[in-house]
Amino acid sequence: MASSSEGLGLGFGSEDVDPSIAMTTDVELLKRAWRNEKAAPEILQFQHELVQRSREQVQLMTITVQMQLNIFTAFDLAVKTFCGGMMFKEETVEDFEQNGADPLTVSVYQMDLDRMQFLLRSYLRIRLQKIVKYAIHISKSEAWSRLSEQEQKFAKRCMDDMEKHLNQSVLSRLPYGYQSILKQSISSEEDDMVPQPHLDTYVFCKSRTPLGALQIADGEDPMDVLADFLYLFHYKSIRSFVESGQVDLF
Amino acid sequence: MAGQSDPSLSMFSAAEVEFLAEDEMVEIVPNLNMDTLNLICGDFGPFRPQMATSVPLWLAVALKKRGKCTIRSPQWMSVENLTQVLEAERDSPAQFQPLPFHYVEISRLLFDNARDDIPDMYMARSLIEDIRDVRFHKFETGLEKISSSTHVVKLKNLSAMEVNIVRPFFVRALQAFAKHDSPQMIHHQQDAMSSRQTHVQDDGPRRDLRRR
Repeated sequence: MASSSEGLGLGFGSEDVDPSIAMTTDVELLKRAWRNEKAAPEILQFQHELVQRSREQVQLMTITVQMQLNIFTAFDLAVKTFCGGMMFKEETVEDFEQNGADPLTVSVYQMDLDRMQFLLRSYLRIRLQKIVKYAIHISKSEAWSRLSEQEQKFAKRCMDDMEKHLNQSVLSRLPYGYQSILKQSISSEEDDMVPQPHLDTYVFCKSRTPLGALQIADGEDPMDVLADFLYLFHYKSIRSFVESGQVDLF
Repeated sequence: MAGQSDPSLSMFSAAEVEFLAEDEMVEIVPNLNMDTLNLICGDFGPFRPQMATSVPLWLAVALKKRGKCTIRSPQWMSVENLTQVLEAERDSPAQFQPLPFHYVEISRLLFDNARDDIPDMYMARSLIEDIRDVRFHKFETGLEKISSSTHVVKLKNLSAMEVNIVRPFFVRALQAFAKHDSPQMIHHQQDAMSSRQTHVQDDGPRRDLRRR
């Protein structure tokens, strides 16, 4: 949508991001966020503006489709737009198909909508999966701030439910000293029963700009990281570049 | 959602990689009149009969399925080019030839949906299969070079599907090397106990690696 893609750079205004990012469409950005989220072992920063914009675009698109199709059904126009306000969802597209609009155009718009919604849902879903898995760890680390407000609520509920369930089914029946959800026993110094993301892993990635010489491993020569080459890196060594958006995971 | 992969395994399912490939642009020649489409992923068209235009692959396939266009076979999919690529692949055992990042998926989608638009379809298809096989073989021999001192692997011109296929093996092999190589592993008995499960998993790939 021309009108909405012009305001793209908004979310990145304050940050130092290379201009090629600001030029791409939200679909590209969302795809990138989705891929990174999928490939990264830990939860990444929630893309507030991007998700917000994508949601708006999906809604706007639904309305645009509606209006465009109304041209074909002039008589229904008044009635439908009047009711249209109440039907924001996908059904609208099918509704109008019956009114004799060009079915090809309708299905193309519907496909475009579906693709966008798949990306958006899949992105949110991966994050939820990670939250379910690592809720306790996330709540105790700096990763908490990377969640959206709703995700934080979800994580809290998730932790509460898990704790309640484990207490009821197992922990309350164990002898004193073994009842913590966080520790193996009361003698453990750290929280050693909390699942943590496996950061000690390797990821495929591509840099969008040359990163210069990078120290990969202790006691080894730094190596030049070039743009557009595919690398298999230790996640820890490029973590900061993923966060700053200079490196894409694959 | 159907088609969504288990994040712990290979991360991207084949369907998801194909989804990404469907956004690549191809040229089509429409045979219908249709105004510009203002889609979320961009504006395409207007579509006029016999006027070539560029659209994402998913749109091209959708139109093709309805008989509304012919797809122009991309230049790299010509038999001459593929023959050259195949020869070059065979001649240089250490390098991968430049091909589109999604060449496997794009060619597959075109072969499945637009067979009549591709000149020498069967020839092109078998060439691409050969290229794929040669590249896979190269990759497998390349895996032998992984050792405990491997911290970074640099790859050029590897395609999306290839990355996806080798990912689980590659990542686990490197993890295993890193783990067994670390001094902690040797000294801290406790560590070994707690990570026993991953040991068992890592055994398979490691043995494979030696045999080749």
